[in-house]
Amino acid sequence: MQYVIIGNSTAAVAAAEKIRAIDTAGKITMISDEPYHTYGRPLISYYLLGKTDAERMKYRPADFYESNHIDTIFSTRVEKIDAEKKKVILSDGKKVGYDKLLVATGSRPFNPPMEGIESVPCKFNFMTFDDALALEKVLLPEKSVLIIGAGLIGLKCLEGIADKVREVAVVDMADRVLPSILDEYGASIVQRELEGHKATFYLSDSVQKFDGNTAHLKSGKEISFDILVVAVGVRPNVELVKDAGGKVGRGILTDDRQETSLKDVYAAGDCTESYDITAHTSRILALLPNAQFQGACAGVNMAGGEAHFTNAVPMNAIGFFGSHILTAGSYFGDTYVEKSGDTYKKLFYSDNKLNGFILVNMPDRAGIYTSLLRNATPLDEVDFEALKKDPALMAFSAQYRAEKLSRRV
Amino acid sequence: MKRIYVNEKWCLGCHLCEYECAFANSGVTDMVKALKGKKIHPNIRVEDRGDVHFAVNCRHCTDAICVRSCIAGALSFDGEMVRIDQNKCVGCLTCVLVCPYGAILPDDEGHVAQKCMLCTNNFTQEPNCVRHCLNNAIVYEERD
Ligand SMILES: Cc1cc2nc3c(=O)[nH]c(=O)nc-3n(C[C@H](O)[C@H](O)[C@H](O)COP(=O)(O)OP(=O)(O)OC[C@H]3O[C@@H](n4cnc5c(N)ncnc54)[C@H](O)[C@@H]3O)c2cc1C
Ligand code: SF4
Ligand code: SF4
Repeated sequence: MQYVIIGNSTAAVAAAEKIRAIDTAGKITMISDEPYHTYGRPLISYYLLGKTDAERMKYRPADFYESNHIDTIFSTRVEKIDAEKKKVILSDGKKVGYDKLLVATGSRPFNPPMEGIESVPCKFNFMTFDDALALEKVLLPEKSVLIIGAGLIGLKCLEGIADKVREVAVVDMADRVLPSILDEYGASIVQRELEGHKATFYLSDSVQKFDGNTAHLKSGKEISFDILVVAVGVRPNVELVKDAGGKVGRGILTDDRQETSLKDVYAAGDCTESYDITAHTSRILALLPNAQFQGACAGVNMAGGEAHFTNAVPMNAIGFFGSHILTAGSYFGDTYVEKSGDTYKKLFYSDNKLNGFILVNMPDRAGIYTSLLRNATPLDEVDFEALKKDPALMAFSAQYRAEKLSRRV
Repeated sequence: MKRIYVNEKWCLGCHLCEYECAFANSGVTDMVKALKGKKIHPNIRVEDRGDVHFAVNCRHCTDAICVRSCIAGALSFDGEMVRIDQNKCVGCLTCVLVCPYGAILPDDEGHVAQKCMLCTNNFTQEPNCVRHCLNNAIVYEERD
């Protein structure tokens, strides 16, 4: 059996591990256009921060490919999938045949057309280790940086560089930072903290025009900068599947076994859509745990096992300079709120279900809330009044506890 | 594989296991020096309400969701148990966000995560909480 995996990141690694656990003899080939041993993509900001290094960033041990008998083709793009002949065509013209193919191509930065962008001499995206290495080279204490985008990637970049440069300005069309995961109050805590690290925010604003090292904003304000980082969003890499005739929506569409509409072609990770059971809709969940869950599911099915991924839930842990923001699910329904200083808890619930939560600087045992989301636990089966205040197993039935604490799980 | 299991009805809620855990993992062999006047950060936590008490620590889950979710590859299953490599951990707390038992936690400075490794990582070499539980409310044994 020939397994080919396009990608070498979370979804790809998860699939390879599952395949190897089931099929010890099959040939696995991983192909990536990046040159590196698999690394934790989110770690690129921690690298700039000095909290990790190239060695410790490795997502799997140094002997991962060897010990799992995985062939690698790095620094090489897959240009095309020939689904009929069951081959992928590489950028160097070579062809690699497959019996089962996984597309784990992730996403790429979205660079919207912006007037005058070509006149900016020093500009970056922030998605890859190469991006971080290139950015590292130009960071100097006298430099000022402009980041477009106050989302997860823009702000993690900000954390990575803030203490290495003179100042950082952040522009975003949204009226608050981290608009996809925080409400106004939560965002205000994060913004205050980042402002304490030399960051200036220009919210509900956008760049009308670049002129070399100056950005002219819609509001009429001007920002001069040395280094530009564009982090407005990402786009899923769906083209390989789309061009081969596979079904795509915003992301690649798969069944709950992670198989695409093309036979023997599977897809997993940021390039795909998932059915979010808290929002009751199919959407892209560009988050590392979700990529792992999908990749592992794909791997089992590719190797002839049977797995279904049916409980995708958005969930995110992000932090800055020691703060911790843990969020999950969808924000609708009734709310329960606790706030005091820089801590904030907001739970959203309706129809006997927890829908989502925001926890700012109160991470303790947050996974107990997440388990309610992933299991779609009916709230009348737990003591939800107690859980609101304190995520604890005491709020579950004695039988649940007996199953979890006095047996193997 | 041996695991720590809870006998809820025998737990008195004395919290001794929390102190024994904090001591075992303190890096200091003198219990008074290790604990006196300090706020403890044990890997095992006792929950109490009325007459109900029980201790919770890492279940060393099969196909553990913390391992699956770690953004750094700092958590792994080594064939025996779920381990954390704090040298690789960047303290994002994704693991805290996903552990269904609330059994992995930020360390006392909040910089990395910490969890139970069945005392294989300290001088006691065998779960110190279990060794000191007077009532067998936690046991270390093989079960299905
Ligand atoms: C700065 C940053 C911080 C993040 N922080 C977090 C976080 O804290 N928590 C979290 O959950 N998520 C975070 N994420 C998101 C997380 O990194 C992704 O969800 C995860 O990496 C997705 O994994 P994947 O395997 O789907 O794809 P990716 O990691 O995107 O990997 C896809 C790989 O495929 C390669 N590839 C694509 N097309 C081809 C081709 N045609 N031929 C060959 N190779 C190809 C790409 O170059 C890439 O190496 C962060 C992302 C970034 C950029
Ligand atoms: S930390 Fe939680 S999820 Fe991880 S193995 Fe322990 S109990 Fe399971
Ligand atoms: S806190 Fe550490 S162990 Fe936990 S998910 Fe993040 S990097 Fe992994």
